[in-house]
Amino acid sequence: MNHYSGWKNALIAFFLLLSALYALPNIYGSDLAIQISSAGDASIGEQDLATVENTLSTNTVDYKSIGLSDNRILIRFESSQSQEQLSTQALLKATLSRNYVVALNLAPSVPQWLSDLGGRAMSLGLDLRGGVHFLLEVDMEAVVAMSIDRYYNELRSLLREDRLYKGIRNEGTSLLVTFKSEESKQQGKSLIRGELLDMQIVEGSESELQLSLEITPAAIKASKSTALKQNITTLRNRVNELGVAEPIIQQQGSERIVVQLPGVQDTARAKEILGAVATIEFRLVDEKNDLQLALNTSKVPVGSKLYYFKSGRPLLLKSSVIATGENITGASSGIDQNNAPMVNIQLDGPGGRSMLETTKEFINHRMAVVYIENKVETVLEDGEMVKLRTKTQDIINAATIQGTFSNRFQVTGMESARAARNLALLLRAGSLSAPIEIIEERTIGPSLGADNIAKGFLSVLVGFALVLVFMAWRYRVFGLVANVALTLNLVTIVAVLSLIQATLTLPGIAGIVLTVGMAVDANVLIFERIKEELKSTNNIQKAISAGYEKALLTIADANITTLIASIVLFSFGTGAIKGFAVTLSIGIITSMFTAIVVSRALINLIYGGKKVEELAI
Amino acid sequence: MNLKSLNIPNIDFVNRRHLAMMFSAVLLIASIVSLSVQGLKLGIDFTGGTLIELGYQQTADLEEIRGKLNEENYKGTNVQYFGSDTEVLIQLEPQQVSSAKLSSSIIHMLGENIDVRRVEFVGPKVGEELTNDGGLAMLYALIGILIYVAFRFEYRFALGSIAALVHDVIIVLGVFSALQIEFDLTVLAAILAVIGYSLNDTIVVFDRIRENFLSTRKVEPKPIINDALNQTLSRTIMTSLTTLLVLLALFYLGGEVIHSFAGALLIGVVIGTYSSIYVASSMILALGISKADMLPSEKESKEIDARP
Repeated sequence: MNHYSGWKNALIAFFLLLSALYALPNIYGSDLAIQISSAGDASIGEQDLATVENTLSTNTVDYKSIGLSDNRILIRFESSQSQEQLSTQALLKATLSRNYVVALNLAPSVPQWLSDLGGRAMSLGLDLRGGVHFLLEVDMEAVVAMSIDRYYNELRSLLREDRLYKGIRNEGTSLLVTFKSEESKQQGKSLIRGELLDMQIVEGSESELQLSLEITPAAIKASKSTALKQNITTLRNRVNELGVAEPIIQQQGSERIVVQLPGVQDTARAKEILGAVATIEFRLVDEKNDLQLALNTSKVPVGSKLYYFKSGRPLLLKSSVIATGENITGASSGIDQNNAPMVNIQLDGPGGRSMLETTKEFINHRMAVVYIENKVETVLEDGEMVKLRTKTQDIINAATIQGTFSNRFQVTGMESARAARNLALLLRAGSLSAPIEIIEERTIGPSLGADNIAKGFLSVLVGFALVLVFMAWRYRVFGLVANVALTLNLVTIVAVLSLIQATLTLPGIAGIVLTVGMAVDANVLIFERIKEELKSTNNIQKAISAGYEKALLTIADANITTLIASIVLFSFGTGAIKGFAVTLSIGIITSMFTAIVVSRALINLIYGGKKVEELAI
Repeated sequence: MNLKSLNIPNIDFVNRRHLAMMFSAVLLIASIVSLSVQGLKLGIDFTGGTLIELGYQQTADLEEIRGKLNEENYKGTNVQYFGSDTEVLIQLEPQQVSSAKLSSSIIHMLGENIDVRRVEFVGPKVGEELTNDGGLAMLYALIGILIYVAFRFEYRFALGSIAALVHDVIIVLGVFSALQIEFDLTVLAAILAVIGYSLNDTIVVFDRIRENFLSTRKVEPKPIINDALNQTLSRTIMTSLTTLLVLLALFYLGGEVIHSFAGALLIGVVIGTYSSIYVASSMILALGISKADMLPSEKESKEIDARP
């Protein structure tokens, strides 16, 4: 009785050693580091490492170590070298091409043998390490409106060939088509059914010569998900441009995107860059028609559109676009010969061809660059939340085409160097396919993050120590056994958190603290039961065994119900709540192991099989 | 070993239950009145709005900050010290145009050399969703527990434990309402943890009640329940004490962010301990629990006995 077989003890010892091993990475600190990764899908290899090493040595940069692993180069610095870290980042940013992301990072200094075994330190949440969390919402109404615009054009060209329609009106979410005759309507209907598979006739909208078309639900869903995916790609590019180590960009639900940028300080710039929906278009200036006439009669000639400079000066531009932001493959900011900020533009094949043809044909005409920005904001109107969409289209400049050019040229007329830099970045990273709005932001500064770690750690320690003292005082030898079990429980929680790389947050630490308080409950239940058993029997061994057995079901019931509550928390909660639920759930499970199995093994080793006169309980 | 020192207390809990019920009723009514009259002081997680925590080099001048904010005509602003007089918490209601840019422009306006410790912006729609999700989480947690307890024990036990939980949650909410402590997402998490904790306590007592029903020949439920409460009493108190110890550590040392979280749990653990002794067991007694309910196989064995 009260004896675990050798293999059982060995198994328990094995589990505990394993826990200790995987908890171990957390006692090593972390180094200041610069992380170089690929901005695209390209992999980073030995050659890149050599390039970087070369750059560092020619500039006599002092660093601790450099290494290539997990498709990234890490340059480590001593903790006193924060200045070197910053200056080296600037140096590498300037010398390496745009295909690399050069970011500041904190790299855990886990020894090689340990990381080879898969040992990693816990990943700290933004509230502990500092950083920004954004929740962005894609304006799906705008996505639908853009699709309707597209189908409007398709429908027109489809029905135009046989001159079937009298007019098509864009009604926001549907298109109202007026046909010339009953016959043309029938012909049009069969054309639409055959060619425009993504559109359907609105039920009951058909009258003598008219019918309404709407986009099929499937096509709406598809275009929404495409818009979301494109936006995620664009955001990823933009974040790469900002240079952030270990960013998280994830879809959340059907219209939202989470962006987490650990360690980012300049949140104002991050917001500016992430939320901007800016692009440019190149259009020819309409030199034939009279601008003044158009303004006076407020009738814009067919084939032209009225635009304004930021200063308010109007100009007539042709409706057809030479190239748009989508044709841009490269952009960088710089300074022209007059010391004015400018943006160097590089176009793709089709864009370059179109530009070449245009500049050949319209030499000595003027070409304008239009800057387009879509914004969406939530506005309170009569107590109702309304989405306010604004689209600004400003002419940046309009210059005479001096000679032919195709895919490489410059755009001048930028407001400031900062504006040129931002525009170049946005053009490089690609434009968002639909406007987005930041609907939630949580920023934790580095000083608060450090405070949170220190305070969280301290409260765990103090709470833990108080419980240890209390248990030892109340249950003597058994209390000490419970304390060992509790300590091992803490180690196991840390090991599990490190292994599954769950993010540890401040509420998560609170969850651990609470687990410490509740984990002793299992031991308390067992010990109180043993005390009770001792009253009815003089056989001490039997009392221990019965105490454990009888308490087991109670412990299981109590813990399972708590586990249900914490799993519900995990699945419905967000952010703070999730972090708390994770550690609580893990703590409940590991505490069952340590408080029941481990404590039993220890009690068995102490009292099992021996003639015991008295229990120190 | 001195067996006499291990005497189990014999407190007559059950016959004092009317007193406890009066006590609970007073607390519940007070909580409900407070909740319906002044409600909860909801944080920006639920109302939407902007929160900025700033660290100054010296003592911050709150009047100056308020003055600057007033110049911009922001509505519903609240400026206060947070933890110490070099740290300032600025809160704003959702403005006419709610945008994440607001915080940037305020920080810019207040000047240089200020350490931005924390910025939170919650759009009005998100706030609404968090409120709904929070309520749903609570509801689903309760339903999940109800099903499990009904399955493991009996429906009266399930109702008893839910009554205790609802009792605890309303009183914790009542305290937050009465003292007008800010109610944010972490406090909601704390309340859900209270549900878990209080339930844990209640289940232990129920388990003992069931065991006693099955192991003794007594049929009268009152003494059985009373015995179970006395037998589990020292465990109930011990566990509450250890949990309270760690919560006190969190409350005093965990920092401002975790303060109200720990506070909610402290209140919750005390109330939860009380309710598992008085409320849950009174409830099953009132619902008419009996020994027969504890014997699920009784019907089958009768059938077997009836065979010739």
